[in-house]
Amino acid sequence: MSQSNYPADDEIWQLALKLGLDPFPIRFEAVPATILYEFAAYLIPGRMSHWSYGKAFHAMKTRYDYGLNKLYEMVINSDPAYAFLLDSNSELENTFVRAHVMGHVDFFKHNVHFSQTQRDMLNVVSRHAERVRQYQFEQGVEVVERLLDAALAIQEHVAVPHPPLLSVKRSKTQSSSGGSWSDLWQPQTPEPLHQLKVREDESDLLQFIIDHSDELEEWQRDVVAMVRDEMIYFWPQVRTKIMNEGWASLWHIELMRALDLTDADVINFARLHSSVTATIPYQINPYAIGYQIFRDIWESQGKESAFLVRTVDDDVSFLRNYLTEPLIDELHLYVLGPEQDKIVVKSRQWELVRDRLVKEVFHGGLPIIEVVDGDFHRRGELYLIHRHEGTDLDLPYAERTLEHVHLLWGRPVHLETVSAQHKVILSFDGKAHSRATV
Amino acid sequence: MEEYKFRFDPWQGDRVGQDQGELKQGDILGQIPAPASADKAGRGQGAPGELPGIDYLEAEISIDDLAGLLFEDLGLPYLKPKMLSNIPRPTFQFKDISKRGLMGNLDKRRSLRENLLRHARQGETGLGPWQPDDLRFKTWINVPQEDNNAVVIAMRDISGSMGDFKKLMARTFAFWMLRFLRTKYESVEVVFIVHHTQAREVTEEEFFQLGESGGTKVSSAYELCWEVVQNRYPPSQWNIYPVHFSDGDNWSDADNRRTVEFLEAMLPSVNAFGYAEIREGGYTSTLMSAFGKLRHPRFHVVTIGTKRDVYTALKKFFPRTPGDEGA
Repeated sequence: MSQSNYPADDEIWQLALKLGLDPFPIRFEAVPATILYEFAAYLIPGRMSHWSYGKAFHAMKTRYDYGLNKLYEMVINSDPAYAFLLDSNSELENTFVRAHVMGHVDFFKHNVHFSQTQRDMLNVVSRHAERVRQYQFEQGVEVVERLLDAALAIQEHVAVPHPPLLSVKRSKTQSSSGGSWSDLWQPQTPEPLHQLKVREDESDLLQFIIDHSDELEEWQRDVVAMVRDEMIYFWPQVRTKIMNEGWASLWHIELMRALDLTDADVINFARLHSSVTATIPYQINPYAIGYQIFRDIWESQGKESAFLVRTVDDDVSFLRNYLTEPLIDELHLYVLGPEQDKIVVKSRQWELVRDRLVKEVFHGGLPIIEVVDGDFHRRGELYLIHRHEGTDLDLPYAERTLEHVHLLWGRPVHLETVSAQHKVILSFDGKAHSRATV
Repeated sequence: MEEYKFRFDPWQGDRVGQDQGELKQGDILGQIPAPASADKAGRGQGAPGELPGIDYLEAEISIDDLAGLLFEDLGLPYLKPKMLSNIPRPTFQFKDISKRGLMGNLDKRRSLRENLLRHARQGETGLGPWQPDDLRFKTWINVPQEDNNAVVIAMRDISGSMGDFKKLMARTFAFWMLRFLRTKYESVEVVFIVHHTQAREVTEEEFFQLGESGGTKVSSAYELCWEVVQNRYPPSQWNIYPVHFSDGDNWSDADNRRTVEFLEAMLPSVNAFGYAEIREGGYTSTLMSAFGKLRHPRFHVVTIGTKRDVYTALKKFFPRTPGDEGA
């Protein structure tokens, strides 16, 4: 067997550039499993601490300890990007992971939904953590924890700035440039966001609370605002999970193929790739779906189209536009769901599968909750509405979440939803819950 | 450990799955748990199949962590510093200064002075540029310190009337008591005494293992306890904590009186005396009624009827008092 000759960071980097990728500079760092899993639980190192991250850590670490899954790497969307690799990875694994990371970082840099993420987020979160520690010192650990519990419970209900593609300005600048598509998502003068916001966004529950809650003190507003900022940073990753993993998987294949590997390595690499894109029973594997779709676009419409898709789409449009009938057959996707008291396979009809999957990734798979009134009953009560689109809420969960909202709002809170075809209003006044069916 | 969110009903609505192509329309994948047990979805007799349920997490908690949590509220009451420890306990004190150390331990005043001195030697006044040599750090030295000498005298009734449950309770209590003492106090001595009609000192192993037989004379144990205290643990030098487990079925009233006499003799010398009566039925034992007349702030009586009472009893015997200096 011939000696394997693994490429250095720089060689992979040059190769990636040659093949068309354009990532931010990347700093690679090998870390032990406990550190890697800790970073993965916090999603970004140095973040403010909360018990839920510890819970996530234990969940992942337990699965790792029992050999159920293995995290090879973790990448931070920043400029320069940071990539943490497991120090127990083999040379081949690390080469494969580096190639994979190139894809992720290229995606972070170019996908339009990331165009407004803060690229110095590592510093931002550590400043946040510092301030939270200060508040813990001044106000007590438990008081801060209760506030964080509450803010994190509704952290996903923020309005993430629209990418410039949808900006109001676009219509004005449109005529100035010719047929090239490039200016569609790169307007000459991107407008600052606060000018685009013509009215209050009722889907931004956290912002509404920050602006209008009479309950919160300054430091509490600051904590809620920090939670909101961090979620806004993470949200593009939530809405492009399948694409991002698919793009990275496509590139680990492309880069590894371009390397001069020994026969043994080729086989080992093939094994690695298939373990990453393996079927997970009763779930979907975002790596597999994303990879197959990108591969299909690349082969049927050319490399240029694949790059265009990585730039302009998010998971919803990606699946809607490019998840075709042959792909669904090839990936063996199907719809499952409740029928009486059983969970059954409902259909393999490709349009049903596609539409169901689009629905699943829409808004990160979470219900849409909007603010209707911040002065309900003329008594400063908060009235929220769940935009019901076919699936009911988990009512016990919603009630417990309302308690968190109440902590932030300080006055009675209400949530209108639909349950079993009836309009239901859940209320919590700080002491008791009530459920009114209309 | 649940993170509440606005989320969809996990048992409603369709999802997309992936397989190898083997499943057909209508294949049953699992059972939806009945609404009543919806909280326990995915657990127990609920859904067979491999459908993801609600995540239950098993965090690693060692028995030491657990003990630490349990023992937070416990301490040796009325503990006083006494002379002459057998086992010196080293403590650390920041009493020394060194040129190297952790930045957190920087001694700013001394460092400033060094800087001023160095510049003064060069004929300059005021603060000048810093050199690593200017820095002074506080550092610690080990200080041997006498400990609070403490001895716990554990007495257990091993007479025939101590049935399985009573035995279990006495052992459980003793086990957690020792665990607590050894978690929180580095040097606590423990003397083990068992008794039926006669009392004798035993090893820790024997104390936990000995089976039961014979009648009961509680006074024998208290007499031995008092002897042990007088001969080996003079109250002037020791904090003394006798604890006694029994079902209170003492042999005769005469012995009860003798027991109370010993107890009264001992009480002024000990820090606290605990009597744990393990009782399955509801009646009051003769020993308990004899003790009932005795009122002393350092004499504690508890009744253990269920496993649950063990921790309550521990808290009663070993309350954390402000004067508690154990560490």
